[in-house]
Amino acid sequence: MGDSRMEKGRVVGVDVGGTFTDLFLMDGATGEFRTAKVPSNRGDEAVGFLNGLRVFGAVADLGSIVHGTTVGTNALLERRIARVGLITTEGFRDVLEMRRRDRPKTWGLTGDFTPVIPRHMRREARERVLSDGSIRHAVNPSEVRALGEALLADGAEALAVVFINAYANAANEKAALAALAGLLPPDRLAASHEILPEIREFERTSTTALNACLQPVVGSYLAKLEAALAGEAFAGRFHIVQSNGGVMSTETARRFPVRTALSGPAAGVIAAAAIAAAAGMPDVITGDLGGTSFDVSLVLGGRAELAAQTTIDFGMVIRNPMIEITTIGAGGGSIAAVDAGGMLRVGPESAGSRPGPVAYGAGNMRPTLTDANIVLGRINAEKPIGGALKRLDREAARAAIGREIGDPLGLSPEAAAEAILRVANARMAGAIRLVSIERGHDPGRFALVPFGGGGALHAGALLKEVGLKAALVPRFPGVTSALGCVIADIRHDQVQTFNLALKGLDCGALSARMASEAEAARNVVERAGLPIEGVEIRFEFDMHYLGQTHTVAVPFKVAPAQTFTEEDVRQSFEAAYSQAFSRLLPGIGVKIVNLRTTAIGKRPAFDLAMLAPKAGGTLEAARRGERDVWFDGAFHATPILARLDLPADARIAGPAILEQPDATIVVDPGLVARVDSLGNILLERA
Amino acid sequence: MTRPDAVTLAVLRGRLEQIADEMDATLYRSAFNPIIAEARDACHGLYHAETGETLVQGTKGLPIFVGAMAFAVRAVIAKVKDEGGLEPGDTFLFNDPYDGGTHLNDFRLVRPIFRQGKLFCWLASVGHWLDIGGNVPGGFNARATESHQEGVRIPPVKFIARGVMNRDILSILSANSRLPQSNFGDLNGQLNALDLGERRLDGLLDEAGEDTVAAALDAFSEGADALMRAAIAALPDGTYRFDDILDNDGITDEPLAIALDLTVSGETMRLDFSRSSPPCAGPLNIAYSTAVASCYVALKHLFPEVPSNAGCLRPITFVIPETTLLGVKAPKPVGGYTETILRVIGVIFGAIGQADPSRALAGPFGTINALSIAGKRPDGSPFVMFSFFGGGLGASPAGDGLSHANNPISTATMPPAEILEASNPVMVTRWALRPDSAGAGAHRGGLGAIYEFEALTDAEVFLLGERGKGAPFGLRGGKPAALNRFFWQTEDGGEASPPLASKVTGVKLKPGMRVRLETPGGGGFGDPARRDEASLARDLAEGYVTPQGAARDYGKVA
Repeated sequence: MGDSRMEKGRVVGVDVGGTFTDLFLMDGATGEFRTAKVPSNRGDEAVGFLNGLRVFGAVADLGSIVHGTTVGTNALLERRIARVGLITTEGFRDVLEMRRRDRPKTWGLTGDFTPVIPRHMRREARERVLSDGSIRHAVNPSEVRALGEALLADGAEALAVVFINAYANAANEKAALAALAGLLPPDRLAASHEILPEIREFERTSTTALNACLQPVVGSYLAKLEAALAGEAFAGRFHIVQSNGGVMSTETARRFPVRTALSGPAAGVIAAAAIAAAAGMPDVITGDLGGTSFDVSLVLGGRAELAAQTTIDFGMVIRNPMIEITTIGAGGGSIAAVDAGGMLRVGPESAGSRPGPVAYGAGNMRPTLTDANIVLGRINAEKPIGGALKRLDREAARAAIGREIGDPLGLSPEAAAEAILRVANARMAGAIRLVSIERGHDPGRFALVPFGGGGALHAGALLKEVGLKAALVPRFPGVTSALGCVIADIRHDQVQTFNLALKGLDCGALSARMASEAEAARNVVERAGLPIEGVEIRFEFDMHYLGQTHTVAVPFKVAPAQTFTEEDVRQSFEAAYSQAFSRLLPGIGVKIVNLRTTAIGKRPAFDLAMLAPKAGGTLEAARRGERDVWFDGAFHATPILARLDLPADARIAGPAILEQPDATIVVDPGLVARVDSLGNILLERA
Repeated sequence: MTRPDAVTLAVLRGRLEQIADEMDATLYRSAFNPIIAEARDACHGLYHAETGETLVQGTKGLPIFVGAMAFAVRAVIAKVKDEGGLEPGDTFLFNDPYDGGTHLNDFRLVRPIFRQGKLFCWLASVGHWLDIGGNVPGGFNARATESHQEGVRIPPVKFIARGVMNRDILSILSANSRLPQSNFGDLNGQLNALDLGERRLDGLLDEAGEDTVAAALDAFSEGADALMRAAIAALPDGTYRFDDILDNDGITDEPLAIALDLTVSGETMRLDFSRSSPPCAGPLNIAYSTAVASCYVALKHLFPEVPSNAGCLRPITFVIPETTLLGVKAPKPVGGYTETILRVIGVIFGAIGQADPSRALAGPFGTINALSIAGKRPDGSPFVMFSFFGGGLGASPAGDGLSHANNPISTATMPPAEILEASNPVMVTRWALRPDSAGAGAHRGGLGAIYEFEALTDAEVFLLGERGKGAPFGLRGGKPAALNRFFWQTEDGGEASPPLASKVTGVKLKPGMRVRLETPGGGGFGDPARRDEASLARDLAEGYVTPQGAARDYGKVA
């Protein structure tokens, strides 16, 4: 049933963000699409979710729904999480609270830490596995059972088991799970080898604990959505986007809720990558400018770079492959200030979206980046994005910038606003350099893909400052994440620590283990039940020289069960190591620490041509008059155009402002904007 | 030179910090030994061409190095002045603690950056190498009475001349270490970092111009100077005294005084350590440069808003006589420098806490606990399991201290127990918070920890620690934290502790025998009687405080 509907082809991507729920509907049969934006309902996201779907008519007529969510992340940040009992190896119950012995800030010694599982809910079992996988003490099932029962009596809604060296041998963890069976439903019982069979006990404990804490939260959220969908007679497929930018079944999401942590932002990167690739730009840097932060990701050859772990908050580490998103504290709400040493700073302190910029009139009196954009005429004060406010108070913003920045620096309010803009642009440029130059990539090869409401205000300045090739503004920058939900592939990542010396490597045995890892990952992808054109398996080793603790990711291009030699592995390692560092270390032994296995279920290609502008538009019809906008030290009468009315191939020389309901694009002097055949705006040097 | 505009300054500051950060990151990723790779015991920056003053520092570098590096660069400047012959492509290498601070394990690489034939600035890299010879594997010889027992000492030497590495020096280094391969890997990592820094800096100078960047660097120092003066001016004028002790010097069991008279006068501050103990026989001495560097660390923690460059030291005068253990010359042993600088930092916290209670920080756990377990693996290859251990931070007016943190001189993360076990024939039997280790107070300190290791083969154990006799202090009525303790199992089945509390060398372990380290928490802030009921109830429920501890420290019967 689900598949036949899928063939009918009405797929909706739903990205539930903090302020808005964005939707993108694609009708594969008719080649039509629609977008929608409705307010999110913080605390009961299901309401916004359903309201959004109803914009498109009867929910029952939809074939499938793919959902990006930050419910998990928000629950962690706000500690709206389940009460979990943790069972550890004797002597190790405090690992979760001791972290890696870090502190929140390099300078300044204040700040406390509250672990997600309090100490009295962490109990110890007598068992021990050594680092070589040998069992020193087997598990005593009745002891573990008693610990589980005691934790339940103390209110545990879920139980997690983390034993030392379980990555090397999971037998004791498995025995413990067996002993706990029946105390709670299977999806409320987990052990670390199932979540992350990788060396480093804190990261494994933290990931397992956060997963357990989220299971009831994400599980009940999904149940609520499923019930609501059933109530609307929806009979199609319902899937979730994960932090790695791939789609998973709700069954997998229930098992691995930590994998939803960066679900929405990851979908945005996936969409940006696809849009850019279709436009002939496989190498791009995506930039999402939000209220408090600027998120940057690198896309190479159409593929987003992945990070091995992320920190949700101090001491809350999730280790799992996820789209690498570099965040700096420079967003629209970032506060500008002059410090006692006379230095102008923008961020990281932020007014957020509440109370927000001075111009929102909600009580904040300190100028923000958005205020600077308003004062300079770049943002239309009479038509705020999102529609929540009627108009913006430009005079209040101007007064605040004059008072806080202009007076101490001896600048007019406009010149001060321009200074704020330039400092903010420099910080964003720093983030772009971080992901490009710092990783050995020449920014001249890359286009910037700004998305979110604010990114396109700064794209032109950034392309000039960093020396990027161009900026590519998607046709609907405000719903990029929702679009990403529709086009993302199915994906499943696995890791296993091996700790094998390269010298004398038993390639046959390794190949067999790789085949079984691949089989397991493939099964997860195939069970997801979405139509796919095939499953691709990717292997990557984490390797290093003996004695190093950090590893280098070594892509290893073999098919499952294909034979290979020690020399093949060595060559792959040396290629990856030389790329990462300038010097190889001949004569020093090499080790394979981990195997990473990825299965990707390719979904049918999404034809982005459906987003292209309708024929018949003209540049003239898109004109909306002009207003004074400040560029390079003075106001200039600047044409305003309705972006969505622009025909393909239209060319607009800067300065110009292109407006659309979900974004504003600034075409700086010296740049030219061109509409490509897919409806994207390409900003390039004139 | 005219001061660049506010925008140029902000932009260049970001760009330059990014270069130093990127150098840090390069070394962390490519270093061999976990002290750098995991514990981040390293630092990089840009230094003034003539004065060696710190211009820009990575934001993640080890705090103590941030202050010490300028002295290291100055040592190279002095050498070049004497001997001449500085050329593009040169790189100097050394670890002399009397000429650039800290201890023998810290190897410094200093490279001139030339632009149009003229020296523009220096780049430097420092990292902690695992073993540099000496009587104790991994260094930290608690019984050293002269620097020669602590390891090999290399004065500033031109290790790379016009891009060509002097292999002879490499051979000398190799022959003087138990773990030459690890050192070689770290050296390569540091060179990677310098290469990268040089490329990035050249790129920036091409783009922005030498004059603009030089003027911006001056402006940063002026800005830090102004911010520091503003912070000092906000403190009431006066002299504030604060004294603390070190347990002993590792040789004779007598306490050593670290005594400070901090004088605030308008917008300047004087730090006078004259009342401190004279130089000691054991390794608890430090050189003048190390003492200044530790003052810098303390002030940066108390005034985190002041940027990291030399400007922030301009309003400060130092009185650190050679007649005290804080200003010694060669060959006085300095291998235990970490302990002494922690005490120097502590007394500054204490004195500022008197001047301005809102800035107060009660004593952090205050010992690095350099513990090594060394021996041979069953296959005959040597191993040295070496790490520093955590404890609690002091309470403040803002709240309780952080449990199991790193020391103020460090941003080091702890190697995972599983990595220690995978790399060494040891088994960790306990890795836990230590109840009742925090100083009681209206806000209590953070908790220290208990670590216990079992040898899986014959092994020898070395510890250089402190706070076994003088506990981390409380402030404003807050109580001191628990003392540091160390135990090992004896062959008769009993337990023993070092006569010198936290310093011991060469304890022999047979397979199956254990050692246990119990670290202090942080000091408390404010009268324990004023701790709110709910917080104390939580402390009891979580086992942070035992019922006996509550009765003793809070006068509460559970």
